Amino acid sequence: MIETASPSRFREFSLELASEVVQVFKDQPGTLIEALHKLQATFGYVDEAAMPMLARFFNLSRAEVHGVTSFYHDFRRSKPGRYTIRICQAEACQAMGSDELTKAAKQLLGCDFHETTADGMFTLEKVYCLGNCACSPNIMVDKQTYGRVTQESFKKLAAELASNAAEAK
Amino acid sequence: MSIRVYIPRETTASSLGAEALVKAIATEAKYRNLDIEIVRNGSRGACFLEPLVEIETAQGRIGFGPVHSEDVADLFDADFLNGSEKAGKHKKALGLVEQLPWFLNQERLTFARCGIIAATSVAEYQAHGGYVGLHNALKMSTSDVAKEVLESGLRGRGGAAFPTGIKWQTVAGAAADQKYVVCNADEGDSGTFSDRMIMEGDPLSLIEGMTIAAIAVGATKGFVYLRSEYPLTQVILQEAINNARTAGFLGASVANSGKSFDIEIRMGAGAYICGEETSLLESLEGKRGQVRPKPPLPALEGLFGKPTVVNNVISLATVPVIMEKGAKHYAAYGRGRSLGTMPFQLGGNIKQGGLVEKAFGLTLRQLVEGFGGGTFTGKPVRAIQVGGPLGAYFPAELLDTVLDYEEFAKAGGMLGHGGVVVFDSSVNMARMARFSMEFCVAESCGKCTPCRIGSVRGVETIDRIVAAQDGAERARQHIILKDLCETMEAGSLCAMGGLTPMPVMSAVKHFKGDFQ
Repeated sequence: MIETASPSRFREFSLELASEVVQVFKDQPGTLIEALHKLQATFGYVDEAAMPMLARFFNLSRAEVHGVTSFYHDFRRSKPGRYTIRICQAEACQAMGSDELTKAAKQLLGCDFHETTADGMFTLEKVYCLGNCACSPNIMVDKQTYGRVTQESFKKLAAELASNAAEAK
Repeated sequence: MSIRVYIPRETTASSLGAEALVKAIATEAKYRNLDIEIVRNGSRGACFLEPLVEIETAQGRIGFGPVHSEDVADLFDADFLNGSEKAGKHKKALGLVEQLPWFLNQERLTFARCGIIAATSVAEYQAHGGYVGLHNALKMSTSDVAKEVLESGLRGRGGAAFPTGIKWQTVAGAAADQKYVVCNADEGDSGTFSDRMIMEGDPLSLIEGMTIAAIAVGATKGFVYLRSEYPLTQVILQEAINNARTAGFLGASVANSGKSFDIEIRMGAGAYICGEETSLLESLEGKRGQVRPKPPLPALEGLFGKPTVVNNVISLATVPVIMEKGAKHYAAYGRGRSLGTMPFQLGGNIKQGGLVEKAFGLTLRQLVEGFGGGTFTGKPVRAIQVGGPLGAYFPAELLDTVLDYEEFAKAGGMLGHGGVVVFDSSVNMARMARFSMEFCVAESCGKCTPCRIGSVRGVETIDRIVAAQDGAERARQHIILKDLCETMEAGSLCAMGGLTPMPVMSAVKHFKGDFQ
């Protein structure tokens, strides 16, 4: 249903495009978070340069916009890799060995949490609970959840994703 | 006539390859020139059988599971579509799904339709009792609707267990030009997935429940605050909202009653604290999700300062069956002050995990050993965390604790949202206690000091306990930890800081040996 996003999904940031995509929230109270989601879906992250524009648009101070953006774990401040992989760190997944899986994933990708691999392919993030706790450990790649992930299946999936991206090029 | 094949469109099934399976079955059927109709239901909740494929036959629905793409050709060879004898002997064959003990032993009220119907179809929803509750509610006075819910004994299934009917009466009694119904779908507790499952498998029950709530309190606008970790849920729920609107069950005149009500989904952004109702309201207003002091109660001054019903998904999705079958019918389940049924969620290191809806009153053992079949790894059960990351850890010796709100409180725990996470003998409980504090560091909204700073000091203190060179030093640090936990419990603004001590102190109490 939800396919892993295609590699070319993010646009280059421009203030013009940023202002354009948030227009749908005009005169809608309380939609700053929705607007941030929209910016992130468009560019892959929320660019610092969009902050003054958002402040003017929502009639808020820049400090308020910054406060909201930095409060929520979802909002990135720099461009992510082609795929974002989230590994669940919550209790149910820990009970099924997510610690070992995390270690192996970090080693395989050669990066830590909140980092992107040198080739720009993967960004690694942690997440607390994907709501699939009877089939732990779980990971999420972009918008697709994978259950009962083993070190072997993780390795296979990463290779598959990388080769899909290479093909799309 | 084409044969109906049910394959869930649902996160668990999808996480185990259901989408590839749909393609494989459709392709194979076409290749063999067989006429099938693939129906996308939700999950029935037996996660260990997902992806569960069901075939509609004259005798009932027969199941195969867990089915993977590589099983498909083999299943077709066994003529599984026609329920042949050979298919019945296939290694993935389960027989009549409803006859499986795992389902037979449940008492499904809230989840009666989940996994059975095509999830977003209004017609199928109505064919299975849907919208009867709303029609009944529209015939009653608004105060009688809230009274009916109160008499059912329904208490907030999000975890706080506050009587839903009383909340509704408070909002109904408040005078305002605008009122709201807000559904808390920020299901962040580890080990819980019942909200997700009903929103993916029977979303119209939530929509109907919100509509009944709106009618009872006089609200015209509803929001579902959904966590961003559930992207598939968003798609399915939005589809159901659109279908309800097209069928006239949402909009300017709900079911031709002249009353207006509509629902909008708003996505969270990865903050656990937004499951706390006042923090959720702040977030819905587009702000940092920081907790508001109470009073004022959200029922009187909630979203944008207006009277607001804030209910959990399961509370709201249970309202239709109460209004359909009556308060008495619902209250006949359960015991004491814990009436009705609870959708328990079995997760973690468990052989047969999933959703078990059962009247209050069964024991933890019946759930973990009976339904769950013990641990996934086959090692002995050592610890069970009930009620999410803020719930207590129970040792195997307490498996006979009865699952109801009061009994659990007596045993030093809480039922919360009904999540049950099982750990085998390899678990180190000092590490789990440390994790509880660490989680509070990561997710505290920062508003109050006991939670924001107490959690940081908690991590350090547990580290010092584990690293202590002698018994005297360890004992000193244990006193500090206990003192710290008492401060957090008594001094925090909300349940995040107030309940983080529960898993920590229960781990210390029952598994002290791990802290050396």
